[in-house]
Amino acid sequence: MATQTPVAPDIFTWPSDEPQLIGTYFPESGVTTFPQASACPRTASQKGERVLLPRRGKLWSWTIQGFLPKSPPYAGKETPATFKPYGVGYIQLGDQVIVESRLTTADPKELVIGMEMELVIIPFTTDDDGNDVVTYAFAPVKK
Amino acid sequence: MSEDVAIIGIGIHPFGRHDSTGMEQGAFAAREALKDAGCEWSDVQYAFGGSSAAGNADTMVSTLGLTGLPFINVANGCATGGSALISAYNAINAGAADVVMAIGFDKHPKGAFDPDPAAFGLGKWYGDTGLMLTTQFFGMKIQRYMHQYGISESTLAKVAVKNFENGALNPNAWRRKPMTEQEVLNAAMLSNPLTQYMFCSPGEGGVALVLARGDIAKKFQKKPVYLRSAVLRSRPFGSFEVFNSWLSPDRGDSPSVGAATAAFKMAGISPKEIDIAQVQDTESGAEIMHMAECGFCEDGEQEDMIQSGETLRTGRLPINTDGGCLANGEPIGASGLRQVYESALQLRGDAGDHQVPKPIKTAFTHVYGAPGISACTVLSN
Repeated sequence: MATQTPVAPDIFTWPSDEPQLIGTYFPESGVTTFPQASACPRTASQKGERVLLPRRGKLWSWTIQGFLPKSPPYAGKETPATFKPYGVGYIQLGDQVIVESRLTTADPKELVIGMEMELVIIPFTTDDDGNDVVTYAFAPVKK
Repeated sequence: MSEDVAIIGIGIHPFGRHDSTGMEQGAFAAREALKDAGCEWSDVQYAFGGSSAAGNADTMVSTLGLTGLPFINVANGCATGGSALISAYNAINAGAADVVMAIGFDKHPKGAFDPDPAAFGLGKWYGDTGLMLTTQFFGMKIQRYMHQYGISESTLAKVAVKNFENGALNPNAWRRKPMTEQEVLNAAMLSNPLTQYMFCSPGEGGVALVLARGDIAKKFQKKPVYLRSAVLRSRPFGSFEVFNSWLSPDRGDSPSVGAATAAFKMAGISPKEIDIAQVQDTESGAEIMHMAECGFCEDGEQEDMIQSGETLRTGRLPINTDGGCLANGEPIGASGLRQVYESALQLRGDAGDHQVPKPIKTAFTHVYGAPGISACTVLSN
């Protein structure tokens, strides 16, 4: 079985049964960034702490990517013939931070602002060795 | 209002798709602006210009004339033209020159922009995973706005219908075919809730403006238009911008609010006193949200304003009278100056078929772009 490589080493915990996004918390301002940042955009403080973000949140806004993005920068290997639209959204994680993410559904009927969402890790392309490259996404929480 | 800085010449190369280079389109616009001002390139004492994808503006001295003038290249994304104009305005106000040119032009390949994440301070993963698209931001910003303030899909479509209608009357526009609301709504969905015809396309074109000290303007131009203010702002904390991997739950204003507020304050007039406005309509939703961000209405009032035709060319507050980005496309370097060109044309009464029917004295322009910049101007006779 091919292994799974994260798209970047430091944006989510992986491998993990309960993966979490990794951000920076700046105690002086209370600001949390995603991904990690060297300075707080509110106060310019450089005293940040690595923080693991909540795995659940609420859908803040969403769209569906309806056409194949240009490569580069997109690393997906679809062609216009094989491309399937994918959902993109912002998910509010408590009162900490609102993160941008791919969504696991591309069906507008399944997406309502305010609905409960949960972090998952999904393969989205393969690297040159044929390994799956995985990224984070949010999925609607099944009632 | 101050009469320190006047626009004495305006020139445009038609927007759309052409065989000529972006630079040639810029030089064409420059010659048109000089002709309109009744002056020579050798009269221009300072120039500011730029493009995003069509080369260094100052290269065109080899076709306009090697007069030795200081020519500064400006690169500021979607606000490139606006930044060139502000630089020209400041140069005149600082006493550095009496006659200055601001120029912007561009030529982009077909399809959505494909920027490099690193250029915006983002990790490569952001582009890899298919998040590096301006179109997604526009979809998500208006999606949330519609949810919060009750804007309908019909209103989104009506903005596009209006701008294509205005473009059909404008000989320099790219898309000159009117469309019905149903055609706009039934077009391919590119990024919910926005369909193909609700988005503008990257394109080509050039615009040049000749500015002069207000007290000498009439020596060149019988109908000078005064630039009452020109303001650029970058984003404040809490704004919602293109290419944000995260937002603060503590929401703040967009840079357009700051730029518009400062532009009105500097000009000494209020949005209520503006007769026509050109606001960035990268897509239909942007025009709707920018109406409120620039101070022309409260959030949510756009629904009634647009449904009742207030922003039509014949309405109370005509918006994007030349067809905006939707009908003209978006050559990044030229886009902001196109709005000022159109405002000057309307204020002079020279807009021909697309001249607004009501008498006008004041105009406002607004551009917005990545990574969260806005440039606004107030103009008047």
